[in-house]
Amino acid sequence: MELNTLTAVELLKMIKSKEATAASICERLKKRISEVDGRVSAYVRSEDLSGAGHDSVSLPIALKDNICTEGLNTQCCSKILEGFRPPYDATVVAKLKKQAVGIFPLKTNMDEFAFGSSTENSFFGPTHNPWDLERVPGGSSGGSAAAVAADEAIWALGSDTGGSIRQPASFCGVVGLKPTYGRVSRFGLIAFASSLDQIGPITKNVGDCALLLNIISGYDPKDSTSVNIDVPDYTKSLSGEARGIKIGTPKEYFVEGMDEEVKDIITEAINKLKTLGAVSREISLPHTEYAVPVYYIIATAEASSNLARFDGVQYGYRAEANDLLQMYKLTRGQGFGQEAKRRILLGTFALSHGYFDAYYLRAQKARTLIKEDFDRAFEEVDCIVAPTSPTPAFKIGERADNPLKMYLSDIYTISVNLAGIPAISIPCGFTKKGLPVGLQIMAKPFNEEMILRLAHAYEQSTPWHTMKPKL
Amino acid sequence: MALDKKTVEYVANLARIELKPEESLKLASQLEDILSFIDRLSKLDTDNVKPTNHILPIHNVLREDQPEPSLTVEQVLGNTAHKKGSFFTVPKIIE
Repeated sequence: MELNTLTAVELLKMIKSKEATAASICERLKKRISEVDGRVSAYVRSEDLSGAGHDSVSLPIALKDNICTEGLNTQCCSKILEGFRPPYDATVVAKLKKQAVGIFPLKTNMDEFAFGSSTENSFFGPTHNPWDLERVPGGSSGGSAAAVAADEAIWALGSDTGGSIRQPASFCGVVGLKPTYGRVSRFGLIAFASSLDQIGPITKNVGDCALLLNIISGYDPKDSTSVNIDVPDYTKSLSGEARGIKIGTPKEYFVEGMDEEVKDIITEAINKLKTLGAVSREISLPHTEYAVPVYYIIATAEASSNLARFDGVQYGYRAEANDLLQMYKLTRGQGFGQEAKRRILLGTFALSHGYFDAYYLRAQKARTLIKEDFDRAFEEVDCIVAPTSPTPAFKIGERADNPLKMYLSDIYTISVNLAGIPAISIPCGFTKKGLPVGLQIMAKPFNEEMILRLAHAYEQSTPWHTMKPKL
Repeated sequence: MALDKKTVEYVANLARIELKPEESLKLASQLEDILSFIDRLSKLDTDNVKPTNHILPIHNVLREDQPEPSLTVEQVLGNTAHKKGSFFTVPKIIE
């Protein structure tokens, strides 16, 4: 068995017993990248691999290109942050280093500023799905998910604002968790929508996910939205026991628009959970149809404000101009890609004079109703179980010119961010064409333990997480 | 809701983004599609609903005003070629 195909838990054991060294793992990863990344393009700026001296003392992790690493290029896969080398580490990076997890010197590809569901909106070009190179890996953390799926990374971090960890995990057949809003510090995560963003693990199995969540969770004085409550040992949730867990299936999710094969695979997964002792019932989340419109108002409004800082003055790309206003406008006009412009304009419009009440305020009110749907549901069940995405991975280019269709890719993941709750995507089967399908499990705020327990029990009794793409 | 090229250009100016004429046209039609989808929100009764601007009950976080280590001037200026002494430089603002 090649080292790069193993899990972090397995490798840490081998490092401890001196059967493997961090240096040998890194070398094996570099070899794998040189063999397959020309086709997958999970990583960006591959010249950094030769240039940077990697301290090979610890198990490496791959990071999405929006997580700041001191001295290491980080540009959200946007032209406007060309050449940016952060002068500090994000809190999650500092925590990883403290636990002797090495930062892999390459960053993973993403949709520019995490705006997208396919990783096609990257300044560096698309990532290809390791299961079918003509298809997208999902997004926006498509590079992290593809790297883990293709054994080009042992484990990775992504960020999730409307599904950006879970949907690519689903498309690539790996595990991806969006923690509760406030569980993980966002200090050093380049902001997209501050009331929604969370950093989370993308891993080969649930055990690695729990271990990584242990490392990155916790209060951080530098992020006043992080919550000061105890972090449990998440690896203790991996009991393999699903008996008595009450699961709910939202009737609003199992309607038109869901791919038939996905529907069958999810139904089978739910049956599997029942045979493991979980008790299933139908629930209702009546405001589901409003989630996508609410999200695209709130997320773009917050993004338009967060991205105002990219003006060419302090870092990144600057266009030449004779006066300051024109310098701002040309820098932003040339530095942002199409989707970034689309979202900034939509958000600016929603916040502009005369439209604020009709759009932004109304969306915030609808957000309350969506959150209350979940509050009510969790009075009756421990977990909500649903597909992660209505379809398996789609073809590169298929939705690129239809932003609205692309936005509907996130229909099952978006509500979770609006409600601030945690959710995981785990592999639960393959379509006839051999494309992975993900099962999404959600729970109450700060109850990641319940999610991990159910996900682990499912994983123990199914083979999906052990499947590898042929590359 | 109808969204014309002129509105897009107005909003683009607010957002300080220079658009090429063909970009404004394309964005106008795409944004119009998105806004008409979003308009389904108008049928939702939100009269007596409080807005959620933050999902957790958060409050202001205060701390003692103690000096702590921070970035050096060199670190702060390290990501730009447009600098002079300890300042960022920009195109001239006043005549």
